[in-house]
Amino acid sequence: MWELRDVSVRFGDTPALDDLSLTVTPGEVVVLLGPSGCGKSTLLRVLAGLQAPDRGSIWIDHTDATTREPHRRGIGVMFQDPTLFPHRSVGQNIAFGLRMAGLDRVAQATRVDEMLELVGLDGFANRAVENLSGGEAQRVALARSLAPKPALLLLDEPLAALDRSLRDRLVAELPDLLRATGTSAVHVTHDHDEAFAIADRIAVMQAGRLLRVAQPESLYADPRTEAVARFLGHVNIVGDGHQRRVIRRDAATVDDRGDLVATVVESRFRGDHHDVRVTSDLGPLEFRLSNPAAPGAELRLRIDPTRVAPIEAD
Amino acid sequence: MGRDRSRLITAAAAVPAAFLTAFFVYPVATVLWRGVAGDGLAPLGAVLESGRTSDAIVFTFWQAALSTAATLALALPGAAMIARSGPRAQRWIRAIVTIPFVLPTVVVAGAFAELFTRSGLDDGPLRLRHTVWAILLAHVFFNYAVVVRTVGSFWSGLDARLEDQARVLGAGRLRTFTQITLPQLRPALAAASAIVFLFSFTSFGVILVLGGPRQATIETEIYRYAVVRTDFTSAAALATLQLIAVVALVMLATRLERARPITLSTPHRTTLRAGRLGRTANGAVITALLGLPIAVVIERSLTVGESYGFDNFRALTERLAMLPAPVSEAIRNSLVFASIAMAMALCVGTITALVVVHGRRALRHVFDVGLTLPLGTSAVTIGFGMLIALDEPPLDLRASWWIVPIAHSLVGVPFVVRTMVPVLRRIDPALREAAAVLGASPRRVRREVDLPIASRGMLVGASFAFAVSIGEFGATAFIPRRADTLTAPQALFRLLSTPGETLRGQAMALAVVLMAIVAVAVFAIESARGTSQGTF
Repeated sequence: MWELRDVSVRFGDTPALDDLSLTVTPGEVVVLLGPSGCGKSTLLRVLAGLQAPDRGSIWIDHTDATTREPHRRGIGVMFQDPTLFPHRSVGQNIAFGLRMAGLDRVAQATRVDEMLELVGLDGFANRAVENLSGGEAQRVALARSLAPKPALLLLDEPLAALDRSLRDRLVAELPDLLRATGTSAVHVTHDHDEAFAIADRIAVMQAGRLLRVAQPESLYADPRTEAVARFLGHVNIVGDGHQRRVIRRDAATVDDRGDLVATVVESRFRGDHHDVRVTSDLGPLEFRLSNPAAPGAELRLRIDPTRVAPIEAD
Repeated sequence: MGRDRSRLITAAAAVPAAFLTAFFVYPVATVLWRGVAGDGLAPLGAVLESGRTSDAIVFTFWQAALSTAATLALALPGAAMIARSGPRAQRWIRAIVTIPFVLPTVVVAGAFAELFTRSGLDDGPLRLRHTVWAILLAHVFFNYAVVVRTVGSFWSGLDARLEDQARVLGAGRLRTFTQITLPQLRPALAAASAIVFLFSFTSFGVILVLGGPRQATIETEIYRYAVVRTDFTSAAALATLQLIAVVALVMLATRLERARPITLSTPHRTTLRAGRLGRTANGAVITALLGLPIAVVIERSLTVGESYGFDNFRALTERLAMLPAPVSEAIRNSLVFASIAMAMALCVGTITALVVVHGRRALRHVFDVGLTLPLGTSAVTIGFGMLIALDEPPLDLRASWWIVPIAHSLVGVPFVVRTMVPVLRRIDPALREAAAVLGASPRRVRREVDLPIASRGMLVGASFAFAVSIGEFGATAFIPRRADTLTAPQALFRLLSTPGETLRGQAMALAVVLMAIVAVAVFAIESARGTSQGTF
């Protein structure tokens, strides 16, 4: 179990982490979601021991590890770039942590092959890292991070530099890989689709603070505050004061008996649905509808009350 | 536009070509002719028979190797400090460590001589005077900056996250350094070593002053044969030998220097700062090695008998028996020579840099190769070449003081070229295209884009050329000493080699004046260079 207790880090006058606390339990994948510059990467660096906190403490398995050196924390890190050692082959890169741990050559080789198989790069051990494609390099980096069997893996936007299709595939594979190795993880991203696909819990971060930590489903269904709602991609925030609510984009269906009368402003084809912008008594809204609508047309919409949640104005 | 420009550059190339042919190629060719072509290898054989000379050759190599190793060991922590500092601190460290590098060799030699006298190391069991250790110390002093700057800027270009990565994978600080950092630094270390070796190999003033009569290198032997014994044939034979060794070294150095950091990702500075221990150790090395000799010189220059005063400085205007003119006259000469040498080096160097970057392929190649030669050729060889080549019409310059700034500009040209070429190469073609698309004519593009960027490089090169000329000793040593050719370093050498307390005081005062002039030049270099990276 890993705990950050009231951790603060400042760079000059800007607080990167502001009195922040977070607990990660074994086997759990926590996703840190937040805009760039909100302190996500600093949080990871503090956990890894690459950045000393100005205040607060770090506890690993109920022991104070605030000043423990990075190489004694049993934590793996994967950065946005693969950061492979350019003067070593793929196999030597993956074996690095094993060598540091003092494994013998045979054990190293076995583990390297195992890891290459796990990330789908069998037979790559003797390749030079310069000749790898972006996706391959990132897989090698993942294999290298997982090889010494870290109890906690920190992932700092490891997929951001990859193209869309490759990213989607790795987003699908990553939870399985983590589960297969029983590794806990803290994963940083600013992409909420990626967050929902991977997380056991999502921590929404802004300006060095955690706004909310919750399971993805409950977070999406009930964002509670406007800032979190907006950050999760909600656009339909209506009403004032105690009446303020968020209406999910998939809450509306076209229904002649619906209560909401809306005028179509724009309709865009999105493959399996249409993004439709409308104006209504509640103000401008955006919905995902299964059928196209002509601009200017009047629609009657039925809103599913389970997809509407009250929020506090911030 | 491209056509016209290329034609213009080809025509302009005639200027540096003529200059280098007359004042470099011709003198050096004369040395080679006298050394080898006349009687084949016979003069070389005769020189090598002398036990003293063959000892000097061996000593030249091993003191250079030793100096290189010692400089690397002491300067590596300094390079690490530069790599881990912010841009502002980096600028300061670089400026401070660069002062020793451009200090006149005779000033440095004098400073160490004074330091030894002060700390009682002239005699006794810890005697340093006239030993190889004295030479070693001075070489480390000079070349500290070479290692700190070349390795430091390379180091800060490395991706610090590789080290972070190694750390979380279980490597401690030491293992991270030996397994990850050091292998990546190898190209920079090799290049820096080659340069330090070359500088130590061709060191002249330091050896003459600190080595005393007993320590001799190839350079001081050339001087002894040519100036003391006027045996030009033997001197030429030795100079030939020296030239071959130096060309080989320069070729090695330029090859090693081409290496750039290998990174697969964008550089990323670490947030792990050097610990207090590291900073203290670095501070101690910089203070003790670099600061102490300078402090001793300043203190001695102000010492008058038992108290302090400016008498030593005032005495610089007086006439001395061993000098053809007062020291103040020598300082004035040096300032004039340095200004002329700077102008000539800037003109020749800038055109050369333009040819290297923008000229036609064949021309580019000739200039690129042709330039590595004066870079490595020792000042002693240049001075000796001028002594024996430029003594009869059409080029009889021995009677004119012009020979001094010409020799100095030759030593300065490589500095201008080497600062200009990277600057010109770095001008992003996209900037020119952007300006052109925004409506600038080709002429306008040159004025608005190329010139402002290039002018900073020119200022850096010019300051280097100026500083080099102010301190030049090796080439000038071969030029007959008269009232109108006497330079400040020559005067300082005479003062240092004549015993006497009063003269020592005046020598130190002169050293302070020279240091002040050079310090101004260095700060001009650093403020013009800004935060951009550069190498020597």
